[in-house]
Amino acid sequence: MVPLSWYMVLSMVVFAIGVFGFLSRKNVIIMFISIELMLNAVNINLISLSHYLQDMRGQILAFFVIAVAAAEAVIGLAIIIALFRNKATVHVDEVKEMQG
Amino acid sequence: MIQQLFFAYFAFAIVIFSLLVVTRKNPVHSVLWMLLLFFHIASLYLFLNAEFMAAIQVIVYAGGILVLFLFVVMLMNIREELLVNKFIGAWPTGLTFAVGLLVVIIMSIKSFIAAPPGIYSIELIKQETHTKALGKLLYTEFLYPFEVTSLILLVAIIGAIVLAKRRLKP
Amino acid sequence: MKLYLLIPFLPLAAFVINILLGKEVLRDKAHWPSVLAVVGSFIVTITSVLPQAMAGKVINEDLYTWMLSGTFNVTVGFLIDPLTAVMLVVVTTCASLIHIYSVGYMHGDKGYYRFFAYLSLFTFFMLMLVMGNNFMQLYFGWEGVGLCSYFLIGYYLNKKSAADAGKKAFIVNRFGDFGFGIGVFMIFLTFGTLHYVPVFANAAGIAGQTVNFLGWNVDLPTLIALLLFCGAIGKSAQIPLHVWLPDAMEGPTPVSALIHAATMVTAGIFMVARCNPIFNLSEVAMNTVAIVGAATSLFAATIAITQNDIKRIIAYSTCSHLGLMFLACGVGAYAAGIFHLYTHAFFKALLFLAAGSVIHAVHTNDIQEMGGLKKYMPITYAVFVIAALSAAGIPGFSGFFSKDEIIWSAYASHSSVGKLVWLMATAVAFLTPFYTFRLIFLTFHGKYRGGHHEESHGHGAHHKEHHFHESPKIMTIPLILLAVGAVAAGWVGIPPILGGGAHFAKFLEPVLGHPEFHGTHAEEFGVMGLSTTIALIGIALAAFFYLKRTDLPKKLAEKFIGIYKISYNKYYIDELYDFTIVKPTMWIADKVLVAITDAKIIEGVVNGVPGAIGKFSEKLRKIQTGLAQHYGIFMAAGAFFTIALVLLLQ
Repeated sequence: MVPLSWYMVLSMVVFAIGVFGFLSRKNVIIMFISIELMLNAVNINLISLSHYLQDMRGQILAFFVIAVAAAEAVIGLAIIIALFRNKATVHVDEVKEMQG
Repeated sequence: MIQQLFFAYFAFAIVIFSLLVVTRKNPVHSVLWMLLLFFHIASLYLFLNAEFMAAIQVIVYAGGILVLFLFVVMLMNIREELLVNKFIGAWPTGLTFAVGLLVVIIMSIKSFIAAPPGIYSIELIKQETHTKALGKLLYTEFLYPFEVTSLILLVAIIGAIVLAKRRLKP
Repeated sequence: MKLYLLIPFLPLAAFVINILLGKEVLRDKAHWPSVLAVVGSFIVTITSVLPQAMAGKVINEDLYTWMLSGTFNVTVGFLIDPLTAVMLVVVTTCASLIHIYSVGYMHGDKGYYRFFAYLSLFTFFMLMLVMGNNFMQLYFGWEGVGLCSYFLIGYYLNKKSAADAGKKAFIVNRFGDFGFGIGVFMIFLTFGTLHYVPVFANAAGIAGQTVNFLGWNVDLPTLIALLLFCGAIGKSAQIPLHVWLPDAMEGPTPVSALIHAATMVTAGIFMVARCNPIFNLSEVAMNTVAIVGAATSLFAATIAITQNDIKRIIAYSTCSHLGLMFLACGVGAYAAGIFHLYTHAFFKALLFLAAGSVIHAVHTNDIQEMGGLKKYMPITYAVFVIAALSAAGIPGFSGFFSKDEIIWSAYASHSSVGKLVWLMATAVAFLTPFYTFRLIFLTFHGKYRGGHHEESHGHGAHHKEHHFHESPKIMTIPLILLAVGAVAAGWVGIPPILGGGAHFAKFLEPVLGHPEFHGTHAEEFGVMGLSTTIALIGIALAAFFYLKRTDLPKKLAEKFIGIYKISYNKYYIDELYDFTIVKPTMWIADKVLVAITDAKIIEGVVNGVPGAIGKFSEKLRKIQTGLAQHYGIFMAAGAFFTIALVLLLQ
């Protein structure tokens, strides 16, 4: 039997990798993929907890996370297309209109 | 023992694939490693008696979202992408805080207190089948959140069209 | 649908229409909404409200909770009892006729829509003032009419004297309203409510109570009554706050007629009459009201004798008549005061409008430059004489009945104060006809004296005597209607001694009570005969001075130069206020507030704080790199430190 904490540690490692990817990559598409990575990490956590606590609500929550992730990916990618059309770049360090 | 071994394999593969996803220079490669990663995560869900979740992980993530990513990546100029530095200047700071965050959340596991187990024991799920049990809950107790989710998806569709559409020339 | 709600809200609707559409859309048709609205109010008053009030039905309804805070509960509510009904008749009748008159008088003026918008707004506030069923609504209307008065006095924006007069009216009224406001607070503190009905029902319970006010123990009813009376002094232009009313004549003449003669300035009398249960409790307050009223009446009448501005004379006459009304209230004859208010509204509005008609023709306010206008303006002359006879209290005219009622009430109240004010009122009864007919004789009789003025100022020939003409029909018809009112309005209150039924006083009795007077019929006839006789003497004297021996006034003025100067310069009250209040205030404003508080303290803070913030943010904005990931790093750092802190604290 695999202990619950193993799943938790795995989920946290994937999450941290996602955080690293989001904070460090220049390419905005990879940043989005990193966000998907973090969401997946959370899903692993939710489903493993659901299994060990014998409560289906965790999986319901994971289900909603997937739905929201799909919506977020669609909007995010549409923004990337709009950005690429206007700036001809997908590199975030070249987009800094908000600089103070 | 065999379970631990399987978990060790999947966990190792997931971590490696995750690292590959965030470090590949070519976005196409990243997306393809992501595909492999999602399959492994889906397998992990099977260990956890969540067949339906494993199925939608493959169908929605691997089949839907990743294909969408792939489309967008194909729109970009990949050759130019390969020439520039893949990280931003402040990447060491990002790495530091990512590692720091990892350390503190792993440390916080020891203060985790499990709630008393609920009614959905493995036997019950097996008897009722996972999809049916999930569906019952989703369409009764979580009906309204479910409906709201459909609304979010509708908004996402409209928003994507509005954002990605070319401006009409006057 | 409550029909009476139309009365105040039709003029409000007209105001909204005019202020939104008047300038661009309606333009020279801007009078339509206002006139229709006020005539509508008039019709509703006459057909619906007045018969109900006559039948003895009192409406007292709360329609809307305005403010609710603890026990402080203020509603928008309406009380329609006989007193309100009388006020509604006065306000809507005068307002309707004056609105119609204004169509002719203001024709072609640049701010035509503005004039009618403000006039409608004023009508709305005045109606809210008289219809409210609580002190808060009274205060709302009170301040509202003050505001509109300010707008309309300063209606000729480009004229400095008009703007100054508007400011003066507003500021002088602040003094009175300050006291009035405190009075309303005191009522709430004492009774726990601001609604008329419970306040007046419990008023008898506070008789004899004392309260600590500014460190003195004072009689509670006296304090409340005097504080309320402060507001009345300001609004109704009594001594010592009368100074704004003559200056208010800078506004257009219809405004003077409506606001500064017929309606707004009578709000003070209305309020005192409305609060009669409180005033009745305090002899001190009653005597104060009577003496202030009588003093103002006499004082204003003596000033009016020497003035030369046609509108100012009538303004001082208004002051004087308002004083008489207060005098009546002060001796307990509230019904007589309201009766005079009612008749005064007609003949004084008529006087003003007729004066406006004269000014419209000759384009000057100075009666020394008029004369001989009788043959050019017969209608104006006729109504002017009717109004003057009414004001003078000649038997048969409406002014006679009300004025006689007041003088008789003063005499019959049988207190020493009553006798004193009776003497003063009798003196006024002599002065009023004198100055009114002086005005008439100088304006309409004799020869035209304005010629030299034109030459010296190089005005065009169109002001020449032969070009004077009667005002258009839209102005003369309201004049004639008001003249009918000035004659006949008083017939509803003919005293029993002259064979009448005193219906007016009986109508108001449920609200205002019935004063206890003792006097024989012989005494009453005597008082009436005396005041009538001296009124006739006053007219005769005016005729002697200004028709027969036109050189006499000048000689007398030279002989008694001291007295003449005092009267001509209005007892130097304006100069006194200028010296004691205005100058020190200006000095403080200039030397302390502007130089120290404003320049050093306020500007130091106002400029210093943004300066410091500006410098700090100059540094801070560098953090804003515009790179999304830098913000992400801050978020991750925040999460890291938060979780680390929680772990450490465990």
